[in-house]
Amino acid sequence: MSLNELYREVILDHYRAPRHHDHLADPSGTAEGKNPLCGDEVTIEIALDGDVISDIGAIGVGCSISQASASMMSEAVSGKSRAEVEELVRKFKVMMAIEDSDEEIVNPDRPGEALGDLEALQGVRKFPVRIKCADLPWITLQQALEEAE
Amino acid sequence: MTDLAHLRSDFPILDQKMNGHPLVYLDSAATSQKPAAVIDAVADFYRTTNANVHRGAYTLSNDATDLYEGARAGVAAFVNAAVGEIAFNRGTTSALNQIAYGWGLYNLKPGDRILLTLMEHHANIVPWQLVSRHTGAELVYVPHTGDYALDLDAFADLLDERVKVVGITAMSNVLGTINPVRQIADAAHEVGALVVVDAAQAVPHMAVDVKAMDADFLAFSGHKMLGPTGIGVLYGKASLLEAMEPAEGGGEMISDVQLESSTWASVPHKFEAGTPPIAEAIGLAAAVDYLQAIGMDVVRQHEVEITAYALDALTAIDGLTVYGPPDTANRGGAVSFTLADIHPHDLATILDQRGVAIRAGHHCARPLARSLNQPATARASFYLYNTPSDVDALVDGLQESREIFGVA
Repeated sequence: MSLNELYREVILDHYRAPRHHDHLADPSGTAEGKNPLCGDEVTIEIALDGDVISDIGAIGVGCSISQASASMMSEAVSGKSRAEVEELVRKFKVMMAIEDSDEEIVNPDRPGEALGDLEALQGVRKFPVRIKCADLPWITLQQALEEAE
Repeated sequence: MTDLAHLRSDFPILDQKMNGHPLVYLDSAATSQKPAAVIDAVADFYRTTNANVHRGAYTLSNDATDLYEGARAGVAAFVNAAVGEIAFNRGTTSALNQIAYGWGLYNLKPGDRILLTLMEHHANIVPWQLVSRHTGAELVYVPHTGDYALDLDAFADLLDERVKVVGITAMSNVLGTINPVRQIADAAHEVGALVVVDAAQAVPHMAVDVKAMDADFLAFSGHKMLGPTGIGVLYGKASLLEAMEPAEGGGEMISDVQLESSTWASVPHKFEAGTPPIAEAIGLAAAVDYLQAIGMDVVRQHEVEITAYALDALTAIDGLTVYGPPDTANRGGAVSFTLADIHPHDLATILDQRGVAIRAGHHCARPLARSLNQPATARASFYLYNTPSDVDALVDGLQESREIFGVA
């Protein structure tokens, strides 16, 4: 296991300079995610324009993995429809070995292929205790989307 | 330096590699490792003497009862209590809940105050919150000073006739701070308040004398002092234990059971409902024997020295902040810190890859974490089996963390 695989440059960049790190004026849905065991906290706010995430706030405190995951996620889902976000969530969770998929929704040789910067989080898979850190913002996003319904 | 390195071979778990490196165990404030003497005492009991206690009309059960009650005597002597003042339970949390539910529930009322410190572990906060909901008594907290000592001026200001109970940790599991329990107890007794001491960190690491402390109640756990998990100790002054109600009812704790009500067994058995942790108590007694053979003054001296060594090495790292008293005379071996903007969990992961086990998080003391303005800290904590080279491995891992995160 290599720490360089875990702490990729892009992860540290998102940790130090998180994107979409501001609250929204009038969110359509908000959810707070907490990991009481380690104290990671993420608040996800989304603004929906019809079916499309027109704006997102991803605010939190915590470890580099949780906060970088939130930041990268906020970029990846901006401007996407619910259906597109759902597909992205599934691909992310399969890449991270959080969920299995019967169909081949990701390239088995390169599961993060369609995920852009998020592919950098794949190294977390080799550190099982940290997978929940990467997953926290995604669970929270799903809750925010439910709340916006 | 007080050299206890020869004891390391008594601890089988330490002789292994973790992620390709020798295991460096720096999380004894969470739980301690166990010497072979303790592991063997538990295994021998199951191999040769296992039976339930206090009920068998046969020799094996009598032998098990003798070992169990002998363990009580050994543990009582260790903290200078009378045998009848020691009740066994699952751990410090269990003991503190017994006090809250057995004493607090029956003796507190609206207008009363429960005075705690911001340094308390959740185990000495949450039971009082539950009791406060039932009784209407108010919770009040003593803050700490900028030097991470208990704010004795604030304590004096908050202490008045409304305070019926003072809950205080003898040694903070986060800051390492050793609190002046006797001084607190004297002041509390003057206003008629009882003192409940959380000694989970103190009893394993320094000589504790319940009489010298003048504690009314005191709680500690076996697993933090080289003993098994699942065994804890409640100490109470005899008169208080006599008057206190049991928090749990069941077998073994009764004198007689009628359809509508029951009478209790005598102290301390009325606080030991159900089959007690028999093997665990015997293991704890073996741990007490092991610690006494070394001498608690030697255990403490070693810890003072290794903590001083660690504080020097850690504070020499650029960007590292220690949260706790700098003077080892006033502190134990739990050292909490942060390093620049690197999150403690990231530090723990990087150290883990080098075989170094530390704790990261709020250490079950969220009110304290908030008062430090640090939602999470890293914590290294030492015990008699740790050596200066363990500290060196920690420091090397922290330096690597600085490199990985590009901390200038």
